[in-house]
Amino acid sequence: MTTTLELVVAGRRRRARRRASIVGVLLVLAAALFAASLVYGRTVYPIGDVWAVIRGEEVPGATFTVGRLRLPRAVLAVIAGFAFGLGGVTFQTMLRNPLASPDIIGITGGASAAATIGIVFFSLEGAQISVLAIVAGLMVAMVIYALSFKDGVAGIRLILIGIGIAAMLESVTTYVLSKAGQWDLQEALRWLTGSLNGSSWSDVVPLLVASLVLVPLLLSRTGALGTLPLGDDTAAALGTRVEATRLVVVLAAVGLIAFATAATGPIAFVAFLAGPIAARLVGPGASLLVPAALVGAVLVLLADLVGQYALDTRYPVGVVTGVLGAPYLVYLIVRTNRAGGNL
Amino acid sequence: MTISTTSSTGTTGSTSGSTRPAGADSLRSSRRSRVVWLLVVVGVLACVAVSSLVLGSRQVGWGDIVAGVTGHDTTIAEAAVAKRVPRTVLAMVVGAALGLAGAAMQGVTRNPLADPGILGVNMGASLAVVTGIAWFGLSGAQSFTWVAITGAAVTAVFVYAVASMGRGGPTPLKLALAGTATTAAFSSFITAVVLPRGDIADSVRSWQIGGVGGATFDRILPVVPFLVVGLLVSVVSARGLNSLALGDDVAAGLGERVAIARGSAALGAVVLCGAATALAGPIGFVGLVLPHVCRLLVGIDHRWLLPFSALTGACLLTVADVVGRVVARPGELDVGIITAIIGAPFFIYIVRRQKVRAL
Repeated sequence: MTTTLELVVAGRRRRARRRASIVGVLLVLAAALFAASLVYGRTVYPIGDVWAVIRGEEVPGATFTVGRLRLPRAVLAVIAGFAFGLGGVTFQTMLRNPLASPDIIGITGGASAAATIGIVFFSLEGAQISVLAIVAGLMVAMVIYALSFKDGVAGIRLILIGIGIAAMLESVTTYVLSKAGQWDLQEALRWLTGSLNGSSWSDVVPLLVASLVLVPLLLSRTGALGTLPLGDDTAAALGTRVEATRLVVVLAAVGLIAFATAATGPIAFVAFLAGPIAARLVGPGASLLVPAALVGAVLVLLADLVGQYALDTRYPVGVVTGVLGAPYLVYLIVRTNRAGGNL
Repeated sequence: MTISTTSSTGTTGSTSGSTRPAGADSLRSSRRSRVVWLLVVVGVLACVAVSSLVLGSRQVGWGDIVAGVTGHDTTIAEAAVAKRVPRTVLAMVVGAALGLAGAAMQGVTRNPLADPGILGVNMGASLAVVTGIAWFGLSGAQSFTWVAITGAAVTAVFVYAVASMGRGGPTPLKLALAGTATTAAFSSFITAVVLPRGDIADSVRSWQIGGVGGATFDRILPVVPFLVVGLLVSVVSARGLNSLALGDDVAAGLGERVAIARGSAALGAVVLCGAATALAGPIGFVGLVLPHVCRLLVGIDHRWLLPFSALTGACLLTVADVVGRVVARPGELDVGIITAIIGAPFFIYIVRRQKVRAL
């Protein structure tokens, strides 16, 4: 008896240690990439100058380039990546399927379509766009849930219906963009694949405020969220208030996704990829929320650096994540098929 | 012994005598209803074609229409009608190709959600053409068609292979997901290819959203041979699809060469998708919706189903084009957007109707 208990305790401790070390590595990686995206560019500033700018000192040249251009961009990349990763893994955990991420089942698409409609047809700005995006994201989530309800919600039906909805919303976005003739291709791509070009503090603020509220809310439900995949009855028996938990978790996750989409556009595949990557890093049995969020931030920072400086043309971040993410998605489908379908 | 034999043959004879007329009756009546439906669909198609000439961004009178169709384009109204003629033909041809391809694909994969758009085949054809334009200086309808068909074929094989891995073969979910993933990846690739080339961005845009605007007979004619080949191959393989519907083992037991039947039907479908995409860009959901509707009208016999899907496909795409012209006056709505807005709810309806088992 004691040996079994010792084994369980030892295993739990080992997994916790592994998770903590992975989180530490990801934090260091994210910080390094963040620093790199501040230092590196057409003009390379020494790290001392960058630090001086962050502390608010006046450095000729660097104050504008780093303080006004690179800093909001890098901050937006971190927060948006964090939000996409966290929102994505929440859905994947709750629906017990890596394919049920918000960008595949159309929630991101709904936020994006609403944002483009608001901008092109009603000339909205800033916080209004965020509100519109979150309302649309929630509505899409509810519609998908309602449509897939038939003697309970089967995960597969939900994913397939989400795919249909996503296809429809994407064509709506495309149509709206085609109506906005004065936009250039770069600006249109922001709403089709996601981009950090032209980021400013006014993009960062709504997302930052939303994250400060929603991230702690979501993380406080980590334990309850972990019981939901066991089934409603088991979760209730374990002491989870199932309906309340699900409501809070869905609201918080959709909110994060929608605010991030309103700020950067739907950065392709980040919400989808962060969870499975984190799962492979951390291993089974631990909560994926924080690791996946950090993976999301690392992905966006890295993809933005690659998109800006690795090639002759400057690509928006969503094109890079799309091209890099697609092979991984196919690999994941193949592997999921073999394994019988789990994260 | 002899008595019992005669009596048994007697009873057999009498029962078959009483059932045969009834069976023949129902067969005849179903054939009659199919012929009636055929006439109805052809009639609808004719009405739709006329309305496509009559309705549009610019309102025209009957005199202008007659003049425009017979080749006069002296006034603006007549010129507008003259431009609508090739456009209508294009919509009908592309719609027929996509409807037929969808029915064949659903037969080949035995999957109610198969559609050239959902499976990413159209997007594969698009990517091939865009890459060809940007990197290899591709131009001309003939070469577009070859490249598009190659892209469609490679994508179809790839998606089917990915979806077939693992347990249960290519289930609806796996096919749809593999197709969605491929579509998302390809549209990223298309963006990556187009972005550095501001000079071709405009000409490439039509390869991202399907549309039938700007059609001319000069562009349509070179693709017609491909469409005819695809049509013939598909129609010839209709009988094979009927056997395949019973399952591979039963089909083989009935003497069908399963691989050949499946391969030829898939080839026909891919050629049709590639040619349609070469003409009009990627258009989704036409091939998804119509085979289901046609199954309600004429049953599951592919020898009827394929032609019906083609005819109704022509109707649907022409209607979608007319709607796009009328709704967004004085501008236009690309037909690919309309079909997605009509088709996605239908996709959801089919998903809801299916019994899905857990993954």
